[in-house]
Amino acid sequence: MKLRFRLNDEDKELDVEPFRRLLDVLREDLHLTGSKEGCGEGECGACTVLIDGAPVNSCLVPVAQLDGHDIRTIEGLARQGTDGEVLLDEVQQALVSFGGTQCGICTPGIALCASAALTREPNADRARLRELLAGNLCRCTGYQLIIDALVDAASTRRGNSKR
Amino acid sequence: MSKDHEDAPMTIGGSPDRVDGVPKVTGTALYVDDLEAPGAWHGATLRSDVPRGRFVSLTRAADFDWSDVVVVTADDIAGQNVVALIEDDQPSLVPVGGMICHREEALALVAAPTRAAARAALAHLTVVVDALPAVTTLDAALRADVAVHNDDNVLKRLEIHRNDDDIDEILARCAHVIEGTYETGAQEQMYIEPQGILAEWRGETCRVTGSLQCPYYVHKALVMLLGLPDDQVVVTQAVTGGGFGGKEEYPSMIAGHAALLARAAGRPIKLIYDRAEDIAATTKRHPARVHHRLGLDADGQLVAADIDVLLDGGAYVTLSPVVLSRAILHAAGPYRIPHVRIVGRALATNTPPHGAFRGFGAPQTTFAYERQMQKASRALGIDAFELRRKNLLRSGDSTATGQVLTDSVGSDAVLDTLSAALERAAPPAAARLGSLHSPVRRGRGLAFCFHGSGFTGSGEQRLAGRVTVACLPSGDFEIRSSSTDIGQGMLTIFSQIASQALGVPAARIVLSEPSTERVPDSGPTVASRTCMIVGRLVERACLALAEQLRAHAAANRLDATDLATVAAHRVAHAGPLAETCEHESPPGVEWSDETYTGAAYPVFGWAACLVDVAVDEDTREVVVERCIHAVDVGRAIHRRIVEGQIEGGTLQALGWALWEAVPYDDGRVLNPSMTDCIIPTSADAPELETLLVEMPFAHGPHGAKGVGEIPMDGPAAAVAGAIEDALGVACDVVPLLPEVLDVLLVDQPPQETLA
Repeated sequence: MKLRFRLNDEDKELDVEPFRRLLDVLREDLHLTGSKEGCGEGECGACTVLIDGAPVNSCLVPVAQLDGHDIRTIEGLARQGTDGEVLLDEVQQALVSFGGTQCGICTPGIALCASAALTREPNADRARLRELLAGNLCRCTGYQLIIDALVDAASTRRGNSKR
Repeated sequence: MSKDHEDAPMTIGGSPDRVDGVPKVTGTALYVDDLEAPGAWHGATLRSDVPRGRFVSLTRAADFDWSDVVVVTADDIAGQNVVALIEDDQPSLVPVGGMICHREEALALVAAPTRAAARAALAHLTVVVDALPAVTTLDAALRADVAVHNDDNVLKRLEIHRNDDDIDEILARCAHVIEGTYETGAQEQMYIEPQGILAEWRGETCRVTGSLQCPYYVHKALVMLLGLPDDQVVVTQAVTGGGFGGKEEYPSMIAGHAALLARAAGRPIKLIYDRAEDIAATTKRHPARVHHRLGLDADGQLVAADIDVLLDGGAYVTLSPVVLSRAILHAAGPYRIPHVRIVGRALATNTPPHGAFRGFGAPQTTFAYERQMQKASRALGIDAFELRRKNLLRSGDSTATGQVLTDSVGSDAVLDTLSAALERAAPPAAARLGSLHSPVRRGRGLAFCFHGSGFTGSGEQRLAGRVTVACLPSGDFEIRSSSTDIGQGMLTIFSQIASQALGVPAARIVLSEPSTERVPDSGPTVASRTCMIVGRLVERACLALAEQLRAHAAANRLDATDLATVAAHRVAHAGPLAETCEHESPPGVEWSDETYTGAAYPVFGWAACLVDVAVDEDTREVVVERCIHAVDVGRAIHRRIVEGQIEGGTLQALGWALWEAVPYDDGRVLNPSMTDCIIPTSADAPELETLLVEMPFAHGPHGAKGVGEIPMDGPAAAVAGAIEDALGVACDVVPLLPEVLDVLLVDQPPQETLA
């Protein structure tokens, strides 16, 4: 079927099998490999993308559901500066600075989920951040430095970084 | 946040940004399944599905279109049909007529243009097996009614003896004897990236790239399997999404399969496991049963320990002898005990082989000895800290193998640091606490432990790991080592060490791709050795290079404070320059494999962990309300990376203690999915309080020693002790799931079972 949607701020038109997983279409057809498959059953969150600003497990979404929607993958989270330089999202920068990424396989999903969460709940405290992140598994960090990073990212967005 | 100035050398002890941070947060880091491989087909593995039997026949369905499918069997193996490791007893593919020893044995391989097509082809292969009686539990292996390895099912037996000729009488005379049996289950590493390999042939050279910890282990295995000379096998690590030991030995199996398929198909092959296959087929932590008798005098001084360690090794020898070795070398704990007898056995069962997982045998025996110390503390009415202080190893004391500790002994320091932290307020409790119903009972548990850094005994001498640092024409310096970054931060830490030693900024340090065609064998990325052993080689090579460059600067009137410019000048005018360093053990490190005596490890890390729990009396739900971990790391090269290692390991240990069960039925994993085989989420995890203790080790870079594994050792015993404190029932198994606690509470009325 023919689909039209926004992907990382660009209009896209695709002719694809409607029941293919969004994750596969992103990785195989569009060569956006930042979304990872950790489990294939919506448990780990490594394939998280934002659909209309909300985090979704792309391994559970038939691509037909995208028609008319706005998709953001990890490749579209950082912005291009005026000189073409990469401007990281506050969450991405904090994950780098605070050691919130180790092996990195969960990081795209965590960055997208957390960025969306902080947009919706800019004043989320540590306990709330733990709830908001509970759909994204990380096996490396014990989550401590991820939560530290997100607290800092929230603070940066409010104009007040400790970094 | 300390941020290094871009022109200055990287500092030691700060927290500069990880060198691999930006690619990872932007999704541009390329893991094996992200690699472009034009024309690649996808592989799949046909497995036996019986725990034991004889492989009678393999047939292809006549009504299936096999034209776009490649099938590989043991007949296609040019070299030896083994996955080379310690004993070379595990086949790559079971041949027709051969013995099947567990349910996940590979019998044949297929490849097709898509994953779906490969799976469809698998479904059209028919296997006939003559099933034989199987051994799938430790008890059955012990009885040996069915012998699946030699006549006693013992894969390996190791013993430690210290003044133990009459240990039974000594124990009989002790004022107190604490006796217990401790069972710990299998644990899945659950790296978030499943295992996978990309293989291709270029002429007669086989090239594989994959998610792996030890490029030279895979290289050795492929050379043997494919019957090729060393230089016709090239193994490269892709960015790897976690390992924790799980990608130490099994990648050799997958790489062999991918290489065989690629040869048969004449095109690149991607063999990427899905989660179900990864959980079912790859290695896990060894299930263990430890029987422990501990004798104390009336004052609480330890007198004797008699310890029996059983590990379930699974169907082949694989790494079990060395896991057993580390298990028994840690079994007496970080205590002064005059009389010790330890007997360890790794038993064969018809389950997929158990293998490397952070801690490598030590968590199992640590659980046992610290549960014993908790029971002794209660039985004798001696405070938990005091009992440890009364018995712990200090500088000048010797371990059960007679190793005299002299350097970097942080035993008192970690306990003191932990008890000082207890005076401070706890952090705000995690969100989960609100879900507890009343009535709630609370308890506290302490665990104290040590962990040997680096390979056991003479292992580091035998490995003789090497690192090369080369001057590039650009004035950059390239570090060539086979150590892999699996998330633990090796790339950043080696950059810091090199930057410091050469006095050049981070931008001047280049880490070579870990590929066997570019880097020397620095030994595997295991055993808490990468920073301490290989990092020290990086430092020595850089210092030797700096010496040569300073001489070059003096001879050519160059500014010796800018070694990058000197290096560029040196290469331009006098040709290539590189330094290679090989591991040299500190003097006096003597070990006997025959008697199991001497210096078991170059040095030990030390840790103390305190856990407070709340237990819901109705639902038996356990919430960790506080977890403090004080760890002596020698020196933290990178503070946040070290904290991240400790916190990640601590949560894996809390998971093992409370939630992470891998049940088997007749040799089959019953929960091969992330939905059923759970690991902790951010909402399950407590706020982790990490306290770094730094007792520098003279032979580590800047004083650093191992940190990767020690956080896995203690927390499970701390959790079990805390639950015991809360409920008054002996908690001698992990994981302590609510249903397990429920049975314990029914079987053991509170208090009566406690000494």
